[in-house]
Amino acid sequence: MKSESSKERIVQRAARELKNGFYVNLGIGMPTLVANYIPKGMEVFLQSENGLLGIGPFPYEGEEDPDLINAGKQTITETPDASYFSSADSFAMIRGGHVDLTILGAMEVDEAGNLANWMIPGKMVKGMGGAMDLVAGAKRVVVTMQHCAKDGSSKILKKCTLPLTGKKVVHRIITDLAVMDVMPDGLQLLETAEGVSVEAVKKATEAKLIAMDVKVGTY
Amino acid sequence: MDKSVKTAKEALAKAKIRDGMTIMVGGFGLCGIPENLIAALRDSGVKNLTVISNNAGVDDFGLGLLLQTRQIKRMVSTYVGENATFEKQFLDGSLELEFVPQGTFAERIRAGGAGIPAFFTPAGVGTVIAEGKETRTFDGKEYVMERGLRADLALVKAYRGDKAGNLVYRKTARNFNPMMATASDFTIAEVEELVEIGQINSDNVHTPGIYVDLILRGEKYEKRIEQRTNRPKSGARA
Repeated sequence: MKSESSKERIVQRAARELKNGFYVNLGIGMPTLVANYIPKGMEVFLQSENGLLGIGPFPYEGEEDPDLINAGKQTITETPDASYFSSADSFAMIRGGHVDLTILGAMEVDEAGNLANWMIPGKMVKGMGGAMDLVAGAKRVVVTMQHCAKDGSSKILKKCTLPLTGKKVVHRIITDLAVMDVMPDGLQLLETAEGVSVEAVKKATEAKLIAMDVKVGTY
Repeated sequence: MDKSVKTAKEALAKAKIRDGMTIMVGGFGLCGIPENLIAALRDSGVKNLTVISNNAGVDDFGLGLLLQTRQIKRMVSTYVGENATFEKQFLDGSLELEFVPQGTFAERIRAGGAGIPAFFTPAGVGTVIAEGKETRTFDGKEYVMERGLRADLALVKAYRGDKAGNLVYRKTARNFNPMMATASDFTIAEVEELVEIGQINSDNVHTPGIYVDLILRGEKYEKRIEQRTNRPKSGARA
């Protein structure tokens, strides 16, 4: 599977996590693309942690405003119902549990719902930005990621090896192979991607996987 | 009371800037940064600075200018990914760095300005950020104690301000500027529009003048865009 199409598949599946009226924060990179797949007729409010509720489409060429960017520093526009606030207010919103859902990327996730996505020891660390606050504060945390590393090793582990971003914070994991929920006794396999068997997911997963009533090939 | 001065240079002189100061600098990326005050700080030549700012600018703009001249000794930030000069100085050991989760960073500054010496937050619990810090359980959930943050000097940017120091920000250029204005011993604000007292509707003031010691109209604004992103044909959201 080409990585571009697998990324698209993850993003489209992640868009099904959105519900009408949700206030959502989308992480930088792949999660940002989820906004392209908001179902028609559904109203979702996108929060940007640098101080905006109501992210609109990217601006047309020539209409960029340097005072209006998202957390990835990209030029954006505002929706008609948008509001602006300080970073302290923004994270009060996040930490206070007012944001329904955050979708963000991961380097590793484990069966306890621990998340690692901000540093690799020995490499230049760019910083965690708002990730630690988001996973600690949002009502629901969904992680989108490739199931395996380039060398084929699983990124869905028994225990994360990289420094954590958050401890026991992940609710759901969406990969190019499967959708899994973090449960008290392991990861429950809910769905597999098109053309992916339950066996294939088990093989690609190091974490303890509970596979009952799995819906196969849903995305 | 008229708090306005003519130039950034004059403002920094009145703030008695000196080597080894701790300075808060507003902005998120290059959005809402005090461009003119940063340039004047570079020209002043003060060094061994501790700079508290969300990011470190890019190589040739924003705080990157002060890195090029090696005026910064230590940075307290949340994300510094866009700056190669930063990376080089960090790796060769000439630049110290403290990473703070962004929400904790914002709240530490807010608390510092509000007379709150410490607070408990869930962000970073169970990570390296919480190592060596006091943790406590409230209502069955674990929190880590973080300290309020203050500085000797804050440099902030607003869109409009009056001579009494009342400030109005514009869109996402607000970011960390309002809290930083409150959390230092001396605050200088630069604005794109400096107006007479009475020309800002008092109901619309974001930062009340009590927090601002000096205000100036920036000489010129480049307002550089870091990631120019345009709407694709499909009308994708950002």
